Amino acid sequence: MTDTPSDAVITVRGVRNQFGTHLVHDNLDLDVWRGEILGVVGGSGTGKSVLLRTIAGLQEPAAGTITVLGTDLSTATEDQRKAIEARWGVMFQDGALFSSLTVRENVEVPMRSVPGLSRETVRALADLKISMVGLPYLAGDKYPSELSGGMRKRAGLARALALDPDIVFLDEPTAGLDPIGAADFDQLIKGLSRSLGLTVFLVTHDLDTLHAICDRIAVLAERKVLVTGTMQEMLSVDHPWVHSYFHGPRARAALDHAESQTAGKGD
Amino acid sequence: MPPDLAPEITVVAEPASTTVAIRGQVTIYSLSAVQAQLANLPEGPDVSLDLTQVTRLDTAGAWLVTTLREKITARGAGFEVRGLAPEAQSFLDSVEKAMPHPEAASDERKTIADLVAGIGAAVVGAVSLLLSLLGYFGMFLARLARAFRHPREFRLTALVHHCEEVGLKAVPIVALMAFLIGVVLAFQGASQLRQFGAEVFVVDLIAVSILRELGILLTSIIVAGRTASAFTAAIGSMKMREEIDAMRTLGLDPAMTLFVPRILALLLMLPILGLIADIAGLFGGALMAWVELGISPAMFQTRLVEGTDVSHFLAGVIKAPVFALIIGVIGCRSGMQVQSNAESLGQMTSKAVVMAIFSVIVADAAFSIFFAQIGF
Repeated sequence: MTDTPSDAVITVRGVRNQFGTHLVHDNLDLDVWRGEILGVVGGSGTGKSVLLRTIAGLQEPAAGTITVLGTDLSTATEDQRKAIEARWGVMFQDGALFSSLTVRENVEVPMRSVPGLSRETVRALADLKISMVGLPYLAGDKYPSELSGGMRKRAGLARALALDPDIVFLDEPTAGLDPIGAADFDQLIKGLSRSLGLTVFLVTHDLDTLHAICDRIAVLAERKVLVTGTMQEMLSVDHPWVHSYFHGPRARAALDHAESQTAGKGD
Repeated sequence: MPPDLAPEITVVAEPASTTVAIRGQVTIYSLSAVQAQLANLPEGPDVSLDLTQVTRLDTAGAWLVTTLREKITARGAGFEVRGLAPEAQSFLDSVEKAMPHPEAASDERKTIADLVAGIGAAVVGAVSLLLSLLGYFGMFLARLARAFRHPREFRLTALVHHCEEVGLKAVPIVALMAFLIGVVLAFQGASQLRQFGAEVFVVDLIAVSILRELGILLTSIIVAGRTASAFTAAIGSMKMREEIDAMRTLGLDPAMTLFVPRILALLLMLPILGLIADIAGLFGGALMAWVELGISPAMFQTRLVEGTDVSHFLAGVIKAPVFALIIGVIGCRSGMQVQSNAESLGQMTSKAVVMAIFSVIVADAAFSIFFAQIGF
């Protein structure tokens, strides 16, 4: 790899998104560095998911450029776009698994586009992915409707990781999970990100997730990325929304928890 | 993937050990190429895998290394991996740790006992389906009786709304359908009856078949397709989004608020639709008889009034409320059977339509036999 550790894999410049007269993003800039876990936060309706969808190519921005892994998506040819799409994976909020396929078949779907792989290999690789996201072996034979919400999210992650992408987009990975499940999922994302060298773009509301696994945080407000930085830097931002977000009662609790965790490890 | 990234594999086979050196990327894209080259490694000696020149090893590559290790150690030979960078090595270890161990799913061999049990289960299922339909019918009657005693609980607005949906909006399609059926009957009847010079009996043919059977039966089939599916979809999606449960917690009775207005609307509207179908069918038949056989409308009318007893019309229209109940109860019950996923909504909707049409036809056959027996 010729890339330096902190080069940008995603560069967003001057993006504008609007629905009718409703302006969601205006002149939005954002960089995502290789190998980092970036948490995107913002109030409801600030367009966090819209930003994710825009970068993942599900939504055409009204203006601006998005460069992913060195390719400008707006000018990319069909083939270039395909090549880029094979290098990212998206996990939607409730997994978005295909309901007519078993979990294993869901994970196999992206692998079927790879030429030359035998059925047995694809099956074995799918089983390995299912195991890597912490699902039991027999979960592979189940249909999405037979799984709990947490298991569906894990299965969605397994499908997003099927082709070992460079980037994964996670939309609210811990929403709707119980605290234990959410903490497990955080650790799963962190572990996979470190071992696979993944760049993770995650949209979340979960302050514990931000504390536990995010290297950097980007705050969406006033139709753009207001600030980016580490958790420590966020705590000293004095924009009123950012301040109340990171200093509210829930934020304090999450911070105390995170501090007690690191203190515990230091002993 | 660009061809220059395809891995190069050199196999040095010595009597004591085999050294395999891989150069390039071992990823899911190059997996089949690497697999093919590693398939015929010499049996027997220890294998040493040199990955110094590997530029990228993804999960698929790590899987390949791990399965190769399993295969070679299984036949008693030694296996070692050399030259991996520390991160890649720890990645390989974590993949090795995550390797799934297939658990045998329970053995499923069909025996005759299973077959018999299957038939039995199907019979029990059919009986319990009938009982459950009967239960919904009973619930409808009970709530209807309650609505008479407590008129405040009855939803008049909903009833009017459903009457419009079920009745008024179905008028064009029902009328057109019946008109065309009348045309077809007159045309077909004419060409047959002309052979005997009995053209004028085409009036009796049209009148009896439309008034007795076709008018109401075909109307019911169209309404079953339109309305049973609409009932199931509406109630089912409410069930799916827990709206039914929410109603219960708020003290609203789903049977009173959802079933009674719908089934009652159908009960009121289907006879009217049947009447409209009868008129449209006779009109279509009269028109065709005039054009094709020269039977003037006045003659048609005279023949119709003289030759057709009013009992034919009654025999048709008397069936309408029964068909309405069948369609309504099946539609509402199927809606309540919807689970919390979208497939079951689709499944139950199509099931409701098939079941409603089938039941209507069965009921019509039963009526025919009954009327024949009592000579009505």
